[in-house]
Amino acid sequence: MSTAPVLPNKPQLKLHIPEPKHRPGDKPDFSHIKVPKAGEIRKPDINVAAKDTLDIAYSFIRVLGEDDKAHGPWDPKVDVETLKRGLKHMVTVRAYDARMFAAQRQGKTSFYMKCTGEEAIAVAQSAALDPEDMCFPTYRQQGLLISRGYPMLDMMCQVYSNERDPLKGRQLPIMYSSKKHGFFSIAGNLAMHYSQAVGWAMASAYRGDDRICAAWIGDGSTAEGDFHTALTFAAVYKAPVVLNVVNNQWAISSYQGIAGGDESTFAARGIGYGIPALRVDGNDFLAVYAVTKWAADRARANLGPTMIEHFTYRVEGHSTSDDPSRYRPTDEAKAWPFGDPIERLKKHLIALGRWSEKEHTDMEAAIAEDVRNTQKEAETYGTLGSGKTASVKTMFEDVYKDMPWHIRRQRQEMGV
Amino acid sequence: MATMNMIQALNSAMDVMLTKNPDVLIFGEDVGYFGGVFRATDGLQKKHGVQRCFDSPIGESGIVATAIGMAAYGLKPVIEIQFADYIYPAYDQIVSAAARLRYRSAGDFTAPITLRSPYGGGIFGGQTHSQSPEALFTHVCGIKTVIPSNPYDAKGLLISAIEDEDPVMFFEPKRIYNGPFDGHHDRPVQPWSKHQASDVPDGYYTVPLGKAAIAREGNDLTVIAYGTMVHVALAAAADTGIDAEVLDLRTLIPVDIETIKASVEKTGRCVIVHEATRTSGYGAELTALVQEHCFYHLEAPIERVAGWDTPYPHAFEWQYFPGPGRVSAAMRRAMEG
Repeated sequence: MSTAPVLPNKPQLKLHIPEPKHRPGDKPDFSHIKVPKAGEIRKPDINVAAKDTLDIAYSFIRVLGEDDKAHGPWDPKVDVETLKRGLKHMVTVRAYDARMFAAQRQGKTSFYMKCTGEEAIAVAQSAALDPEDMCFPTYRQQGLLISRGYPMLDMMCQVYSNERDPLKGRQLPIMYSSKKHGFFSIAGNLAMHYSQAVGWAMASAYRGDDRICAAWIGDGSTAEGDFHTALTFAAVYKAPVVLNVVNNQWAISSYQGIAGGDESTFAARGIGYGIPALRVDGNDFLAVYAVTKWAADRARANLGPTMIEHFTYRVEGHSTSDDPSRYRPTDEAKAWPFGDPIERLKKHLIALGRWSEKEHTDMEAAIAEDVRNTQKEAETYGTLGSGKTASVKTMFEDVYKDMPWHIRRQRQEMGV
Repeated sequence: MATMNMIQALNSAMDVMLTKNPDVLIFGEDVGYFGGVFRATDGLQKKHGVQRCFDSPIGESGIVATAIGMAAYGLKPVIEIQFADYIYPAYDQIVSAAARLRYRSAGDFTAPITLRSPYGGGIFGGQTHSQSPEALFTHVCGIKTVIPSNPYDAKGLLISAIEDEDPVMFFEPKRIYNGPFDGHHDRPVQPWSKHQASDVPDGYYTVPLGKAAIAREGNDLTVIAYGTMVHVALAAAADTGIDAEVLDLRTLIPVDIETIKASVEKTGRCVIVHEATRTSGYGAELTALVQEHCFYHLEAPIERVAGWDTPYPHAFEWQYFPGPGRVSAAMRRAMEG
């Protein structure tokens, strides 16, 4: 039997394994998170030095207050039409997610991932960026596609891997790609795209273009080397890129402390690299919009990258293959102190006197109807396993620009 | 036309492409002001400007990742990984991203990067400056792998690689940067200037990817080689007096099966040579291809000569290196079989 060695005069070392505050059966309590009042956090000049953003990287920029009104220097003063459009897009994302999640449960596809509770991030950022700006997203920024007018029918056909799938049945559902919409091909290998985005931004600067780039990553995969590589290269070359960390608290079953979130904030990572950093209430549409605009302005002015941590909560499981009740309290989302992004923007518009519960309910119903109809149309092109797919011949295409002899031979071997 | 060694030829290829195409840019560790540890980019920053040829952080995955992003934008980045032994941090970016971007986006995004990297032993580089990792890349669909064996090909192939629309791994046998080393390490070093392939046009020309060269015509036996080993095979042919046909593959993927077939069908005997470790090396693929395509023409078992399945040992360079002695022995076995 082995025993710990006894070393006189030296304390015994102890390995620390981080644990979340609550597990199933516990009462969720987020009182340790110090939530500042809306409007409380200062807004620095875009020419700020990274070290002078330290306080912001450890707090939360918030605009929408308890009174549903916009407060403080970060109020982006967005016109009501933009807000209504944002609300509509967020509701659309949620409705789309609901239908596709259900479709997976009905066996129409293999896999799906919702972004419930995180809709404000992609949608507000899309509104704050120019439509031509390039996005390197993760699989929880479907809101970018919806905001940028990518056809939902194409999204669904991709999820179904059917005969109309723009990606010809090659990708896992939700791994969308659309160059036309400035939406980089999503990969399941997390974080790799983050440093690729820096390269895209460097290229844009090299060419003297005026398009900037934005990239998203989850709290969990900030632990990957690519995240740190991206920050180094972005800082070194002052790349015009907005580096977003979506801290939704959970990476499958690992809480954000397993990625190092207990010891520091994810935003603060940027400061060590010389990248100004902001931490924002990710469920506050106006605040997300404002910080994105600020970061984009910095990039456009050749001031280089900005790191933004969006503090939010992953309301649903990681994916259709996940069961969060196994590792966290089921009512944790309800205790989340930053509320729901759709509800908060809706109330703001109502507080402005420009929206009503009735209009909202009507809009939700109309969107649900639209999504349902689109789904019906998508299913006429097939669902996974229905046999309606792209021609199997296409499996051998696009490995290279021109098919080399050995792949052609394999295709012939398969008899197609 | 000028007399160039391999480094000068590679430098000339990059110079030509920087001049020809404003979308070409070069970066990597120490490649900018200094011109690279092997001098391959010497003078390019001065001539073309700091934005066209610049230093990168020591971060191979970042070098490849940013090149992928640039290529997705529409540029033609040419990157240097200082030693092939240091490529592994970038392996994920090469395999999971560069190689598959075209496929996974159904042609929407592509990553036509050219990755140059000095590889191979014979320079007393020990286990971290001598490796031949080409088989780790030939196994990956979606990338091409190119290895030149002389200055003329090096320039023409590099230009083809830069112009190619797919990602290309361009491994440079660093032992022959300055001369056609034939494995006789105890003999005086030969400079490129005495070799015909050091006559290199100053301007633009290409050597096509996917086409092998016949380094020596012969009737009795086929030696399939690439990089430094082409010269070793030629030395072995001279040493043994066997009328061997020496094929210089030049491109490993896509491989020139027609040239291999024609040669082995003619000779009926085949020796496959590479510096990389033997097990699961590219020679295994070549052996399988020859067997699949030329079985009824074979008069003897296929022979493989390769690096031993050990890390590259510093003190035992010449015991490890598959030199002309080992190649000659394999050729004799193949003749007897």
